[in-house]
Amino acid sequence: MPIRDLANPHRFLALARALVPAFAILAALLLGLGLVLGFRSPADYQQGETVRIMYVHVPAAWIALGTWALMAASALGTLVWRHPLADVSAKAAAPIGAAFCLICLVTGALWGRPTWGAYWVWDARLTSVLVLFLLYLGVLALWRAIDDPNRAARAAAVLTLVGLVNIPIIKFSVDWWSTLHQSASVFRLGGSTIHPALLTPLLVMAFGFAALFLALYLAAMRNEILRRRVRTAHILAAARAEP
Amino acid sequence: MELGPHAGFIVAAYATAAIVIGALVAWVVVDYRALARALAEIEAKGMGRPGRPS
Repeated sequence: MPIRDLANPHRFLALARALVPAFAILAALLLGLGLVLGFRSPADYQQGETVRIMYVHVPAAWIALGTWALMAASALGTLVWRHPLADVSAKAAAPIGAAFCLICLVTGALWGRPTWGAYWVWDARLTSVLVLFLLYLGVLALWRAIDDPNRAARAAAVLTLVGLVNIPIIKFSVDWWSTLHQSASVFRLGGSTIHPALLTPLLVMAFGFAALFLALYLAAMRNEILRRRVRTAHILAAARAEP
Repeated sequence: MELGPHAGFIVAAYATAAIVIGALVAWVVVDYRALARALAEIEAKGMGRPGRPS
């Protein structure tokens, strides 16, 4: 199927009907395997058992950042091509990205307390991720505050593109500033510094989170298309009822 | 398995992830059912779907 055909809502709904359960099953399998591998992996030589928090904290952070990048691509579709499916994509992704960002922040605090002695410090990495969470809330607030979906989509798209500047700040904050948060240990020049015994469950959990995200994202897009059909049907019915 | 002196933090982290993910799944499923019901009512009332003759 050519990629442009996916821009057709009817074809998208047919595809989503097949892909949502497939990604959900894949997510369940990968997350189940990741949990088994994660809890059977050795403890870290410095952090001890608390390193197991990494298996939910790090994938949640990757999904939160990746979702904003996806929303930015959708925002371009809204502002440049004015395609309604781009609006649907951005609106569907926002609450899911916010939820994964919340998981990242809370599990990070729970990891920080035994590791650093504090739930929260105002260092560059933690603060920039908090800013990302607030940006997610801002986008969600815009969608709720503006009744007209087209106007809401444009306003949310502008905020999304402005907020995109925060993504490289999050990624490189640990290099640009002196932070309590550790520097990159997976995606870095020279390869990962994590031992394979810990890296394997981390990557399995990351793929599981990615499959879960795709299942939720496609399902939320399907819901948004149906919501717009309901809205349009009500508007048409109201127009027909007018004398 | 033994999770050491910080077991509470580990369990709380996984519980948080499970609760938030569970809420996301519930939101998507409940939303879909409500929308499917609304569309079925629209069809039943003969309002028809946009772009199709009713």
